[in-house]
Amino acid sequence: MSDLLYSEIENDLRAGVRELLDDKAPWSSVLAGTEKDEPYDAGLWRALAAQLGCAGLPVPEDLGGAGATWRETAVVMEELGRTAAPVPFLTSSVIATAALLAAGERDLLAELAAGSRIAVLAVPFSTAPGDGVPAVQAADGTLTGEVTSVADGMAADVFLVPASGALYAVDAADARRTAVTSLDMTRRLADAAFSAAPARRVGDVGAVRAALLTGAAMLASEQLGLAQRCLDDTVAYVKTRYQFGRPVGSYQGLKHRLADLWTSITQARAVARHAASCAAAGDGDAPVAAAVAQAHCSAVAVKAAEECVQMHGGIGFTWEHPAHLFLKRAKADSIALGTPDRHRAALAALVDLPPA
Amino acid sequence: MSTAPPDADELSRRVGEFLAAHDPLAMEPLEFLRARFDAGLAWVHYPEGLGGLGAPRHLQPAVDRAFAEAGAPANHPERNSIGLGMAAPTILAFGTEEQKRRFLRPLWTGEEVWCQLFSEPGAGSDLAALATRAVRDGDAWTVNGQKVWTSLAHEARWAILVTRTDPDVPKHRGMTYFVCDMTAPGVEVRPLRQITGEAEFNEVFLTDVRIPDEHRLGEVGEGWRVATTTLMNERVAIGGNAAPRESGMIGVVAALWRDRPELRTPGLHDALMRAWVETEAARLTGARLRQQLAAGQPGPEGSGAKLAFAKLNQEVSGLELEMLGEDGLRYDDWTMRRPTGVDFTRRSPGYRYLRAKGNSIEGGTSEILRNIIAERVLGLPGEIRVDKDVAWKDLPK
Repeated sequence: MSDLLYSEIENDLRAGVRELLDDKAPWSSVLAGTEKDEPYDAGLWRALAAQLGCAGLPVPEDLGGAGATWRETAVVMEELGRTAAPVPFLTSSVIATAALLAAGERDLLAELAAGSRIAVLAVPFSTAPGDGVPAVQAADGTLTGEVTSVADGMAADVFLVPASGALYAVDAADARRTAVTSLDMTRRLADAAFSAAPARRVGDVGAVRAALLTGAAMLASEQLGLAQRCLDDTVAYVKTRYQFGRPVGSYQGLKHRLADLWTSITQARAVARHAASCAAAGDGDAPVAAAVAQAHCSAVAVKAAEECVQMHGGIGFTWEHPAHLFLKRAKADSIALGTPDRHRAALAALVDLPPA
Repeated sequence: MSTAPPDADELSRRVGEFLAAHDPLAMEPLEFLRARFDAGLAWVHYPEGLGGLGAPRHLQPAVDRAFAEAGAPANHPERNSIGLGMAAPTILAFGTEEQKRRFLRPLWTGEEVWCQLFSEPGAGSDLAALATRAVRDGDAWTVNGQKVWTSLAHEARWAILVTRTDPDVPKHRGMTYFVCDMTAPGVEVRPLRQITGEAEFNEVFLTDVRIPDEHRLGEVGEGWRVATTTLMNERVAIGGNAAPRESGMIGVVAALWRDRPELRTPGLHDALMRAWVETEAARLTGARLRQQLAAGQPGPEGSGAKLAFAKLNQEVSGLELEMLGEDGLRYDDWTMRRPTGVDFTRRSPGYRYLRAKGNSIEGGTSEILRNIIAERVLGLPGEIRVDKDVAWKDLPK
């Protein structure tokens, strides 16, 4: 059984990231950012990626990274989930980084690890590990085709594009990008079109599945952090909101639902830690662990965000309250990298429970 | 004698020394178990002289393994779960030196089985409302009342018993805790038949039962505090079992799915996969809880484990019946029997479905557990109490 607890180093890392986010990403700033044109918070990203060194956590030191593992990366994901912070960590520091690690690429990897460039995998954000990818054609060192709904597509300096059975790097400047009005305003999508765009082959297309699998495992920790934040905020609110002369948190109608939510979050923590540990160790159980983590944590995060809105009552339905930031992130996350249903289907094949 | 508690190496050395001096295959089992207790290798976290060595609790499994590998006789903890899980920690916490010496050794060896006389027909979730009266009579007490849901009462030598000794004060203050001799005159045990057809539990009628004052645990009027200790141990006892992947109910249903392709439908597959994921999540949560305990960081997660277990067991056993279709309409046996324990895998799917209904009632209902999590873990306000400052005798019943 993998280690499901947090190490001292992980706790220290969490404290550092939380301090930064408390300072630079209070929910009022995150909310204000959703109405700006900038696709992500560049100042926060510099501090997180370069100054704290989080961008290169899972990258070995000899490749320019911090030489930590996906376990520590998962702790950063938890903290980012707590704030719905608009930074391309999942897309660049997790998925693109995992793709380059799997592909054996070194140059771009080092730049991502340093936080000096941002790369994103050019597939629809809803793509599950093992899914087919859009048909982009490679010919004579160029790519032609279209990819829709690419997460952090407007933030990217480089696209990693699966095309004709291989993985290519394309400069974002050589793609035609269209910003997409996105359900999750804190992780925006873009459509990308390539028209004989100059491309550099970086590896096999097999790296795509590995990247999405690692992404799925890490996303569970973001969902965990988000769910915990929603629970914490809701518990604090129902203690102070009085109706009928009592705190609304004294009614069993709310207490019992919050107890159930707390119970499923304790499960989400175990499940997400297991997925992170398996990813870190390259464990053979990693595909099962990632599928279980996505099937479970997606639902828990959505439930937590929905309960957060409902238990805040009217205020929770307003734009001026952060609950909607979490609801939009949670619902988008549950579709991202495969819906729970897709992950259950993948799991069924892995554990020999064939469909009807 | 050393004062520092023994570590893993020291324990391993002591087990080896003990086994060298006591041949488990040659000795009479009871004599062996008594000697093991006297050597402090029974429950190593208990104090010296009471079956332990004051060692950390997490070192116990290694000791048990070493004895099992040597072919040592077992004390069959499954036959005395209430004694080991609930009575013993309560006696340790509140018993006099004399009580500890009298009761703990035969409890651990299994010579004396224990049961628990807590719940009453009028006091279930609200245990503190209990009405069984104990009246002082010189150096003894006379007890009258009715207890219910008592497993093992028909096999038990002793019971832990909570009574009302002062009806004129609010309910939590007027209780006293005793050890009750189940062979005493006036103790009558009747089987209580349950929805599965059998009787795991009993009703116990207490009519003018005499209990000597020296069998009181804790002070007069302190019964609630003592009982709370017992109940905390009950929840620990139920929540934390280690299990491999796909064990328990989900294993039964997964095997059925693999063996009987003709039963498969898309809807059942979806339900099966949801249950599989939730079972795995619960299993990993249990594993994490044990890692926390072993690392000396106990958390409140255990209170969620029983809640989740009950819900899952009920869902999965219901799914099994549905998956079986026509066969789900059949039941194995309604005969009234007295099973010694619960075994979900040996009986029929119908039995599993019905027995699982008890999981959200026994050992604290799921509703009470949700209150506990909400109030003690999340710090939400308590229920409004209408009975708090009212003498027990004046409460509506």
